[in-house]
Amino acid sequence: MVEKYMILSIILFSIGIVGLISRRNIIVIYMSVELLLNAVNLSLIAISADLGDSAAQVISLIVIAIAASEAALFMSLFVVLFRSKGSLDANVFDMLGDKND
Amino acid sequence: MTNSSLLNILLLSPLVSGTLIFLINFFTKKTKQYIYTFLALTGSGISAIIALYISYNSYFNHKVFESNLFTWIDIADFTIEVGLKADALSSFMILFVAPVSFLIHIYATGYMDKDKSYGRFFIYFNYFIFFMFLLVLADNPVMMYVGWEGVGLISYVLVAFYFKDIENTYAGNKAFIVNRIGDFGFLGALMLIFINIGSGGLSFEAIFLNLNSIDSATLTLIAFLLFVGAMGKSAQIPLYIWLPDAMAGPTPVSALIHAATMVTGGIYMVSRFAPLYNIAVDISLFISYIGAFSALLAAVIATRQYDIKKILAYSTMSQLGFMFMALGVGAYSTALFHMFTHAFFKGLLFMGAGAIIVAFHHKQDIRKLRGIRKAVPSIFIMMLIGTLTITAIPPLSAFISKDAIMSSLFASGHYDIFAIALISSLLTVFYMFRMLFVLFYSNKSKKAEHPSAKSMIYPMAVLTVLSVFAGFLNLPEIFGGEANITTWLALPNKTLFVSHTNEIILMSINTLLILAVIVYTYKRYAYTDTIMKESETSIVANKFYVDEIYNKIVVKPLYSLSFFFSNTISKRLIDDLILGSAFNFKKLGRVFAALQNGNVRFYSLYMLLGVVVGFVYLFFLLKDVL
Repeated sequence: MVEKYMILSIILFSIGIVGLISRRNIIVIYMSVELLLNAVNLSLIAISADLGDSAAQVISLIVIAIAASEAALFMSLFVVLFRSKGSLDANVFDMLGDKND
Repeated sequence: MTNSSLLNILLLSPLVSGTLIFLINFFTKKTKQYIYTFLALTGSGISAIIALYISYNSYFNHKVFESNLFTWIDIADFTIEVGLKADALSSFMILFVAPVSFLIHIYATGYMDKDKSYGRFFIYFNYFIFFMFLLVLADNPVMMYVGWEGVGLISYVLVAFYFKDIENTYAGNKAFIVNRIGDFGFLGALMLIFINIGSGGLSFEAIFLNLNSIDSATLTLIAFLLFVGAMGKSAQIPLYIWLPDAMAGPTPVSALIHAATMVTGGIYMVSRFAPLYNIAVDISLFISYIGAFSALLAAVIATRQYDIKKILAYSTMSQLGFMFMALGVGAYSTALFHMFTHAFFKGLLFMGAGAIIVAFHHKQDIRKLRGIRKAVPSIFIMMLIGTLTITAIPPLSAFISKDAIMSSLFASGHYDIFAIALISSLLTVFYMFRMLFVLFYSNKSKKAEHPSAKSMIYPMAVLTVLSVFAGFLNLPEIFGGEANITTWLALPNKTLFVSHTNEIILMSINTLLILAVIVYTYKRYAYTDTIMKESETSIVANKFYVDEIYNKIVVKPLYSLSFFFSNTISKRLIDDLILGSAFNFKKLGRVFAALQNGNVRFYSLYMLLGVVVGFVYLFFLLKDVL
């Protein structure tokens, strides 16, 4: 049974990765990140149920709680980013790069 | 006052006064000239008085003054002390160096009067005495080398004193570079001494004690290298070319440094190493021949020179050649005594030349200075005495010293050297009287444009008296003297015996020949225009094209070699290699910079790739366990 959960988790994780890399909208990128997080949560819970140990379930609860507060932080970040450049395209925010190019 | 502090004051007073003048000159703008004069004369005057006192004590009481200042280098067993020692030889050196320096300082106050670099001139002049004292008073060759380099440096800055004229700078550079070649020889000799017997200490006594433990080939090499140093400093073939050009400096400089003191450094050094040269006989003979050829060459060139100072410069080189001849045959005291009298009469002649140059508005060509006897009668008399002295007319001082050289050359059995010396000495008579007759015996007459300052005439008068009477200090046996200076110096002279009859015959022939040459020169140059008819294109007038040959053989190839190194090796090879690799690194950087584009999504892709690579690695690592 646990294998199926793991496969689902891997599928979710892959979708998250593809979304993270290929989408340009920052909000969608954030959603992909959440998807990654939840894929990991799912695998944690599945393994914890399989082993009969509830410690991992506690960890995933904490992760969900932190992800919720993260969402609040990200929302405010989106607002700031939009105000500064008037766009939410991730390609616009490339100040880390080499400006000469 | 203790002996050691006397020596220290002697050494340091010119240093202190020079430094004071430097500070005043550097930090103030319009200092009165007399302050510089006062400081410069005090510094050199104190040393002159102490020098006379030390020499007096050394001569009469055989007292050796010593002073240990500090330890310079102290590594395990090896130490180099900074020490001064005034033994007989050193006392003898300072006996004429210090007073002559003082006199030329007084003279220079008149010569440099109202010059805008007055202060700067006396900084160098005072430092020169300091280094000269260091050179002659050092008790080990290392300290001697410091003084040796110091006087070379000061000689360079003073030759190029009027550096606004590029020719003077060239002359200064020439003097410095040619001297460096000689210094290399001295330094090489010091290194060889250190390698072979350095463990026994490097003081002169220690070196002479351990000479036996050096094998004869090395000893010969050391002696040769030391003499290369002497060649450079004392202007002998092949390193003499700097001395005539060094006349670009102010005349007091030529008088003090390039006639009376510094150029005699080589003579002093060879006599200081007399025990070494007594063993290295081949090199001694070599020294004699070099001296002989230098004396002859310089005398021949001087017969066709027209610049007063150049004539005197070649004459200095010629006289130094005489001293080296005597050194080579082992007559060290004789050579030193000639150096002693030479300092007086050559200083006098240079000062006379300087006084004439000042009086006639910096004209130096004797063809333009004809008939000046009426204009400068006092200078004429002193120049006449100086010229009579240098030509060795009895009983003037150079007669006694030069005759001693002649008879030791004769006694040594090297008749070829003796013949060359005789010819050179007759040529000396010729070119000196040629100058004198052209300057003072002419139908023309000129008026002086500047009266000579008293401060220039008085030192000349003192030197005139000295050049007349200094010879009596070392009156040979034949005239009822006791050769006092030879006894005092107590150098390891070779015994050269010549019977009294022979000596008298030699002297008479010599004197007769000299008188004959004087008469000939009088006929040729006095009250005639012969000097104007002399060809300026002959090989002698062009100094045997030695400068040109050196240019072709040494300077040009060195220049093209440097050019090759700077343009091909440095620019093409090294610069291109380094700059090329820098350029390629930059290019490579551009490639990687494209990866770092600031786009977050690419970064996450790299992260993913990294994680994948990490997992693949982990998988292969743990394959067996799983």
